[in-house]
Amino acid sequence: MAFLLFIGTRKGLFTARSSDRRTWEVSGPHRLDDFADMGGVYAIGVDPHTRRVLVGAESQHFGPSVWFSDDLGANWHEPERAPIAFPADIDTAFTRVWQFAFGDEPGTVYAGVEPTALFCSTDGGESFELVRSLWDHPHRSGWFPGAGGAAIHTVLPGRVRADGTDSQTMTVAMSTGGVYQTHDDKKSWTPANRGIGAGFLPDETPEYGQCVHKVAVAADGVFYAQNHHGVYRSADPASGWTSIADGLPSDFGFAMVAHPHTPGTVLNFPVISEARHLPPDYRLQAQRTDDGGATWRPLTQGLPADPYYSIVLRDGACTDGADVPGFYFGTRAGDVYATTDGSAGWHQVAAHLPDVLCVRAVEV
Amino acid sequence: MSVTVVIPQVLRADCDGQARVDLPLAAEGRVPLHSVLDELVLRHPRLAQRLRDERGRLRRYVNVFVDADECRSVAGLDTLVADGAEVRVLPSVAGG
Repeated sequence: MAFLLFIGTRKGLFTARSSDRRTWEVSGPHRLDDFADMGGVYAIGVDPHTRRVLVGAESQHFGPSVWFSDDLGANWHEPERAPIAFPADIDTAFTRVWQFAFGDEPGTVYAGVEPTALFCSTDGGESFELVRSLWDHPHRSGWFPGAGGAAIHTVLPGRVRADGTDSQTMTVAMSTGGVYQTHDDKKSWTPANRGIGAGFLPDETPEYGQCVHKVAVAADGVFYAQNHHGVYRSADPASGWTSIADGLPSDFGFAMVAHPHTPGTVLNFPVISEARHLPPDYRLQAQRTDDGGATWRPLTQGLPADPYYSIVLRDGACTDGADVPGFYFGTRAGDVYATTDGSAGWHQVAAHLPDVLCVRAVEV
Repeated sequence: MSVTVVIPQVLRADCDGQARVDLPLAAEGRVPLHSVLDELVLRHPRLAQRLRDERGRLRRYVNVFVDADECRSVAGLDTLVADGAEVRVLPSVAGG
C-alpha cells in the first residue's frame, strides 16, 4: 500500500510518494510536453473508475490544454485536437481548467473552467462538450470575475441521500455567481445561495452573485462552503445555508475539505481578509470541526511556529479518501503538508516548491 | 505558390520534429497569413491550439514573422504572404 500525491504548481506538476504518509519522496517537475513541463497546473483529477489522471495545465506562450496519464503519472498524453474549446457560435475562448470531477458513469468527466462554464466528457476526458444549459443561463450577465478570474471552480456531481445517490442532481460553484444546482440532469439550473452573504454588492443577500470560494460535501451529503467572507453549512442548498464561522479566527479563506467518512468533520484554512491574504496571526494553520461547524479547533502541530506569510488556495487542500483518511495541503510558498486522521500533527511532504495551486491524493 | 514555416524548437514535437515545414498552397500571388496557418494546422493539428485560440486569435505571446516583419505590425493574421516567403513562429519575450 502506498499513497501518491499530485501537486500542481505555478511551474509544473510534482508528485510525492509515501508508504506511511509521514516520509515522502518528491519528484518533478514532470514533463507533460516539450513546453508544458513548467506551465501552471491549475487542476488535477483522478478518475475513481479507471485511475486515469487528468491535468489541466497551461503555457503562458502556447495556451491551455488537458493532459492525461493512464499509469499514475509515468507517461502523459494530450489529445491531438483541443479537448476543451467553446463552440463556434460563442465568441469566447477557453482560458483554463479550474476543476475536474467524475460522474457515476465510467468515462464521464466534468470540467469547470474559466471563463465561467461547465464542460462534460463521456470519453474519459479526451474530448469535452459545453453544457449549454448553464452557459445560456439568464443570470450569466450578473456573473463577474473575482480576483482569480471568472470560473466554475467547484463541481459536485450527484447528491448523497439517505436512500442512495441522486445522480440527477449536480452542484457547481462559481466566483462570482455563487452556488447553482441542477436537479434534472443538467437541463436547468437554479441558484442555491440563500443565507450566503455578498458584502461587496448593494444587496448583501442576493439570489445570486455571491463569491463562493469552495464547496465541500461530507459523507452524509451535508454541504460546507467557504465564501468570500462567510463559512456556511447546508443540508439542502436549495433551502438555504447557515453560518458556521463563529468559532473560526477569520471568516475568509479559500479551501474546505470534508472528511470522506465521518459526517460533521471538516477542515478549513482561514485567511485574514480579502485585502491581505495572510494566515491569522501569521500562523500557518488548519482549523477542524467535528460537530458540523458548531466549534472549531486549530491544527498546527508540525507546522512552522515562526511567522508564515502564505496561504492555501481553494484547491490547495484535499483528502486521499482512504479508510483512515489522509489530509493534505500546499501553500503559495511551496510548502506541502500531510496528516492522517487521528494522528498528532502534520508532516512536511515538500518545501520550496513553486506556488502550490492544487493537490490531489490517491491510495495506490 | 509555396511558403516555408519555421517552427521553434519547443513546438517541433507537434509537427513530426520538423524545423521547417514547406507548404504548397493552392493559390497564386499572395495569401493572408491565416490561410497559411490553416494549412499548417491541417497537416499538424496539435499546433492549432498552440498558435491560436478557438476563435482564431493569435495567442498573446506567440509572434509570427512574415519574412522580417512581425505580423501584428503589418495586418495581423490578414498580413499577406508572398510566394517563397518565410513565416517564422517565435515565442515572444514573456513568461516566468
